[in-house]
Amino acid sequence: MREETSRLKIVFAGHVDHGKSTLIGRLLAETNSLTEGKVEEIRKVCLAERRSFEYAFLLDALSEEQEQNITIDTTQIQFRSGHRGYVIIDAPGHHEFVKNMITGAANADAAVVVIAADEGVREQSRRHGQLVGLLGIRQVIVAVNKMDLAGYEEGRFRQIERDYTAYLHDLGLTARAFIPLSGSTGENVASSGSAMPWFEGPDLLKALDELNAADSAAELPLRFPIQDVYRAENRRILAGRIESGTLRIGDQLVFAPHNKTARVATIERWGAAAPESAGAGESIGVTLSDHIFIERGHVASHEADSPIESNRVHAKVFWFGREPLQMGARYRLKLVTQDVECQVAGIANVLDAATLEAASAGRSELRTNEVAEVTLQTRAPLVFDNHDRIPSLGRFVLANGRDLVGGGIISGAVYTSRKEIKSQNIFWNESDITAQRRAARNEHRGAVVWLTGLSGAGKSTIASALERELFQRAMHTYVLDGDNLRHGLNSNLGFAPEDRAENIRRVSEVAKLMADAGTVVITSFISPYRIDRTKARQIALQAGAEFVEIFVDAPLAVCEERDPKGLYQKARAGQLKGFTGIDAPYEPPEDPEIVVHTHEQTAEDSVGHILEQLLPRLQLR
Amino acid sequence: MTTNLHLDALENQSVFILREAQHGFKKLAMPWSMGKDSNVLLWLALKAFFGKIPFPLLHIDTTYEFPEMLEFRDWAVRHYDLNLIVKINEEAHGQGIGYDTHDPVTVTHELKTVALKQAIAEHGWNALITGIRRDEDATRAKERYFSPRNSDSQWDYKNQPPQFWGQFVTGNIPGEHVRVQPLLDWTELDIWRYIQRENIPIPKLYFAREGKRYRSLGCHPITHPVASRASTIEEIIAELEETRTSERAGRAQDHHEPHAMQKLRARGFM
Repeated sequence: MREETSRLKIVFAGHVDHGKSTLIGRLLAETNSLTEGKVEEIRKVCLAERRSFEYAFLLDALSEEQEQNITIDTTQIQFRSGHRGYVIIDAPGHHEFVKNMITGAANADAAVVVIAADEGVREQSRRHGQLVGLLGIRQVIVAVNKMDLAGYEEGRFRQIERDYTAYLHDLGLTARAFIPLSGSTGENVASSGSAMPWFEGPDLLKALDELNAADSAAELPLRFPIQDVYRAENRRILAGRIESGTLRIGDQLVFAPHNKTARVATIERWGAAAPESAGAGESIGVTLSDHIFIERGHVASHEADSPIESNRVHAKVFWFGREPLQMGARYRLKLVTQDVECQVAGIANVLDAATLEAASAGRSELRTNEVAEVTLQTRAPLVFDNHDRIPSLGRFVLANGRDLVGGGIISGAVYTSRKEIKSQNIFWNESDITAQRRAARNEHRGAVVWLTGLSGAGKSTIASALERELFQRAMHTYVLDGDNLRHGLNSNLGFAPEDRAENIRRVSEVAKLMADAGTVVITSFISPYRIDRTKARQIALQAGAEFVEIFVDAPLAVCEERDPKGLYQKARAGQLKGFTGIDAPYEPPEDPEIVVHTHEQTAEDSVGHILEQLLPRLQLR
Repeated sequence: MTTNLHLDALENQSVFILREAQHGFKKLAMPWSMGKDSNVLLWLALKAFFGKIPFPLLHIDTTYEFPEMLEFRDWAVRHYDLNLIVKINEEAHGQGIGYDTHDPVTVTHELKTVALKQAIAEHGWNALITGIRRDEDATRAKERYFSPRNSDSQWDYKNQPPQFWGQFVTGNIPGEHVRVQPLLDWTELDIWRYIQRENIPIPKLYFAREGKRYRSLGCHPITHPVASRASTIEEIIAELEETRTSERAGRAQDHHEPHAMQKLRARGFM
């Protein structure tokens, strides 16, 4: 076979009218990739419609595009060099570019940014560069086009090279090559011409051939999202595409969320011998050796290296919806085969593409073509990875109804090792009385309300005031207090780090059971470690309970001055070891659902602020 | 079997799309012309759904079909145990619309596109799975895997929905339907290499007889064979690796007037 590997996908991006389509048309013509008579056919149409011939018309096929000399929608076209096959994606440069560029470009292996020599770096040159960086495309070639209009002058080329190198540098990117060329004369496109003897670098085709092939996801941990379940002759076949890693017959799989486990019995294939294993990129079907309930959206992995599960996600979000993304608004979040409702819980660092500076703090919306760091709260647990670890599990789209309106790249989430299942013979008993039925009778949902903060920050005060408020509203509520639990359930635990972790684990499990029973459980613990709080969240989510983290914040100096139990004094005197804030760390939440500042607001204000945000979450769905 | 990572990638992507379509739409159907691309699509659907295709196939019978194609159709229905619906635009037929009296764009529109619209209305389909490819035509190069059509089957090519990271426009909107196009990324050569590798049955009109063969198949009055000695799949592949004429050069309706395909396609042609 002559052709065995996958084709390299290249997106051509850049400002409107900088000659992307013309450059691609020329590249196709020079590599003999056009069908016979194609150029003649376009010449004939141009003649009939009294327009001059343009290479761009090879791609800008719609009559409107040819009349207005502008690419309206993205085109994909394939060609071969002597070296390998390519898929070329022509991304339009006009104002709705994000929407059209992202289609096709989102999976590109490399980008060619086209900058016209006569106009230089323009807004869309920068925005496209930013998007390329955001999408994780690391291979960039900069084509300085229309050199014929700049008199093939080296000075002009070097200036653009300097400007754009600096811009790419701020994005964390380095161009593979800057190439002075001309789509309309063909100079330096598929061969080096004679007009620019001062340039010693490669022509565009050569630079493309020097790019690296796509990274394989086969070496990454296994992620197998379930697409659908088919019944065939009394078997249940789990269908889906392996996003990363390898799956073998006999493998023990964990399905997140809910963490049910089962072994792979067979890998199914129609009309061919059943394989022993399957790898990243393969659309497969498997049957399991155990009967467990699995549905679309579940993600299978190996126990030793499983994904993150949370209901709170931080991501860089790019927005192309016509209406702005609004703080507090609800969207559908789609990540592999998962589709969950989410709410915008925070918008930070809206990036100005021109300067790459974070602009206007405290923005409550994100407008078309803008990029920002966004926090999203999901209704149901979401299974994901950080994008820099497993790209396909670290990115999602946002939809409003059926329209896609944005995309996001996840970073900075914390991995927790999954607890080993100690006994094979323990099963989770599901009662007929479901959490939904309990919630319907109580007229509110159960939840874990997790207070964290330094000793003396005011957790206990707020916990009891909050409990009182909820109780007065005829709600089922209970405070789990650290000291109280240490008298009984946790009386065998001290304050060493492993004891603290176990203390929090037990509290998390008790809180989960009570929330499942329909109660709004308020926990009041310093809980200084981020990883423990992340685990508490996972434990609650596994039972389908709402988890709300509240950071009760006050500066150390204020807490120390309050010192309600005299503990800081003891710690300072060296009588108490490992005291949080003094000789043990406190890791403040990076992203709590609610924050109160007890040194700036009264306890009453704090509780009011909490109720405002908490009560809507406790309503029946 | 030869390892071909590129064909594997295409197959996996198409199977993924077919399964997304099956999940995303309540009522769907797969138009099937018995041509080479259509048979690759059928093969991929058999793979995606483990031998039992969960939706009906649709043959738009223009009444200008090659007899060999009808023969192949009836064989395949039995061989694969297919649920096939055959649709003819009886009204147009009754009005005497045909190639003897009308131009190919009009006839194609009436006997294919209008017949398709009638079938969609009769069966209430939300989605149609088609076998079009980007490399066939410059307007098809701008297509999406999931491409919405309004209640009059019109393609709003100036305002297409974004799609990326395996996320597509689904949803069942009354009156509208979505064209699902799993073969967009395939080229003509890919199709032939895959037919060769998988040993997929195809009609014999594709193979040369008396120095001619059909490279693309449609209604017999407006479909012209090309000069060729390729009588096996290997020979067809060898021929295509050298040729630079376009695949649809022998299809009259495409070349009837400038932008003919854009006009046909905007009105609902596949």
